Amino acid sequence: MKKIYTVLVENRSGVLSKVSGLFARRSFNIDSLAVGTTDDPNVSVMTIVSSGDERTLEQIEKQLNKKLDVIKIKTYEEEDAVSRELMLIKVKYNKSNRKDIMEIVDAMKAEIVDMSENQMLIQICDRPDRTAMLIRLLYQISIVEIARTGTLALPRCE
Amino acid sequence: MTGSEAMAKCLEMEKVEVVYGYPGVAIANFFDSLGATGIRQVLVRTEQNAGHMASGYARTLGRVGVCAVTSGPGALNLVTGIATAYADSIPLVCISGQVDSDLIGSDGFQEADVTGACESIVKYSYLIKNVNDIPRVFREAFYIANTGRRGPVLIDVPIDVQRAEIKSFEYPAEVSLRTYKPTVKGHIQQIKKAMSELKRAKRPLICAGGGIFLSGAKKELRSFAEQHKIPVVHTMMGIGVLPTDHELNFGMVGNNGGMAANKAMQECDMLIMVGARVADRAVANPDTILENKVLVHMDVDPAEIGKNVGPTIPIVGDAKHIFEDASELEISIDTSAWLGHLREYRKLPNPLKFSDKAVNPAVFIALLSQNMADRSTYVADVGQNQIWSCRNVNVRDGGRFFTSGGMGTMGYAIPCAIGAKMADETRQVVAVCGDGGFQMSMMEFATMKEENVSIKVVVLRNNFLGLVREYQHYSLNDRYEMVRLGSYPKLEDLANAYDISYFRASNMEGLDDLIRQFLDEDGASLMEVIVDPADTVK
Repeated sequence: MKKIYTVLVENRSGVLSKVSGLFARRSFNIDSLAVGTTDDPNVSVMTIVSSGDERTLEQIEKQLNKKLDVIKIKTYEEEDAVSRELMLIKVKYNKSNRKDIMEIVDAMKAEIVDMSENQMLIQICDRPDRTAMLIRLLYQISIVEIARTGTLALPRCE
Repeated sequence: MTGSEAMAKCLEMEKVEVVYGYPGVAIANFFDSLGATGIRQVLVRTEQNAGHMASGYARTLGRVGVCAVTSGPGALNLVTGIATAYADSIPLVCISGQVDSDLIGSDGFQEADVTGACESIVKYSYLIKNVNDIPRVFREAFYIANTGRRGPVLIDVPIDVQRAEIKSFEYPAEVSLRTYKPTVKGHIQQIKKAMSELKRAKRPLICAGGGIFLSGAKKELRSFAEQHKIPVVHTMMGIGVLPTDHELNFGMVGNNGGMAANKAMQECDMLIMVGARVADRAVANPDTILENKVLVHMDVDPAEIGKNVGPTIPIVGDAKHIFEDASELEISIDTSAWLGHLREYRKLPNPLKFSDKAVNPAVFIALLSQNMADRSTYVADVGQNQIWSCRNVNVRDGGRFFTSGGMGTMGYAIPCAIGAKMADETRQVVAVCGDGGFQMSMMEFATMKEENVSIKVVVLRNNFLGLVREYQHYSLNDRYEMVRLGSYPKLEDLANAYDISYFRASNMEGLDDLIRQFLDEDGASLMEVIVDPADTVK
């Protein structure tokens, strides 16, 4: 099972290490973790995706709640949320595969944001399963490097 | 006013009576300022024991224990003390000096990332960067340590912050923490639900843990159990929730527990777990205990409920409040058949045999605790001595039993006993150790003598690390690696070195008299009790 946790935390030094340390110490999985500021400068938001059995997923929420720097937690399943990931992929290309790549980029609604004679930098902002799909599609064409934000998510509008 | 003066003032505001510690340059200013207050300062012989003494003090009075150490090695030596308190939910405020703020991160002399190192073993920690934060941080630290699920809080204070001038000292009257609001009162609907289950139950059982003492719910638990005639079993941390001889007390559960208690756990149809974690030592297969019963789990820490077993009825709250609310709901049940059934288990003989070549530790502990004064405190160390103690100690009304239950820290008993004695001089305090744990903590005899407190210390001596030896006997084909302690030090000479009266029992003859002399001795006394290394707990 997968769960998404939107965790509002006090914006203090060491909070990220406290939260990630909790996951390490209790053997909880982190599938992805993204941290950013919010409209309130004293509050940061962490979006954590984790997987495990039901009891583990419940423990994650309870243990996070015990941390004194955690203000509030929202927990939800993937299907109840809008989730996005931003990814940059650099690939090597040549004459013979250039067209294929551009077709993939088009089909995936990705974008070429930088290019040289033999490299392309592709940007995609999409659901995590679709960013994963793009990686699979480009895998044969030799990926040079990847940077990705990890999943950001918010529950759907009420 | 300087930062260190402000720190000392905060401790005065919190009515702290005693600070256990060990100085270094990075905390010397604090001790200097503390000296100007009336607060007692106790110089220990190694930092870990400052934590254990503060723990013994805290457990005796239900107040926050305070210790203070220097940066780097001083603070790191305290880590085991902090972890021991954390595992048993003991409220401590631990103050550590830190290197100059400008040097933090530069691997300076005696610098260690103490808040980082302690992150997973404290309830909360602070690194104070601004001298003006001192009053707020101390107020919060004491509040956090001694509310909700109790636990240690660490405050790391760089030396330049201790020296800096504070703008104005105002101790906050209120704590406002938007992220910390422990649930104290149990949800009344949940309590009602539990009570209506109790009405239906044929074989109800209460399993009580250390949370009963932490919430001060001993009286409430007892009157609830007596009101409905519900049998009570307890975890190791719960020893003393009811007097050992109370008709409803069926003893300790778990892999080191007694037959009656474990049978009761298996056969009950309703189990009320209160202030206990359902941890591995108490309940071996948490999932299976649910098979034939309704489980009510009460705990002040919501994360404990459902961590190891999913209860039928969870009640988050403080045990004292929950029992008070539950007592007001009138129900009547008849447990006489169930109690009669459990009493039969009490009569079964204990299959464990002891050597007749030396002192029988089980008989010794029973005699010792029976001869101890009313309202006395028995502190057990860790190892075979702990398990023999748990099984055979007789805790009477008003008596207390302390041990390191969660962490199992060897060397806990002597410093904990010293702290317990300082907390309440009117109590007789007896520490029982093996020869391993004793040698980890015997340096504190000096602290005890210098501070003029008198505890009684028993060393169950078999010249081995007995519990590991026993494991090697059963599981490693009697290959006794790394467990031979040998016959040093000579305890009589050691007792002489510290001006402590010495007693020795090598067999059962006249044991009762000897124990009485040992306990009646004015001042501190040490009793060496020879035990056959072949004696086991299983």
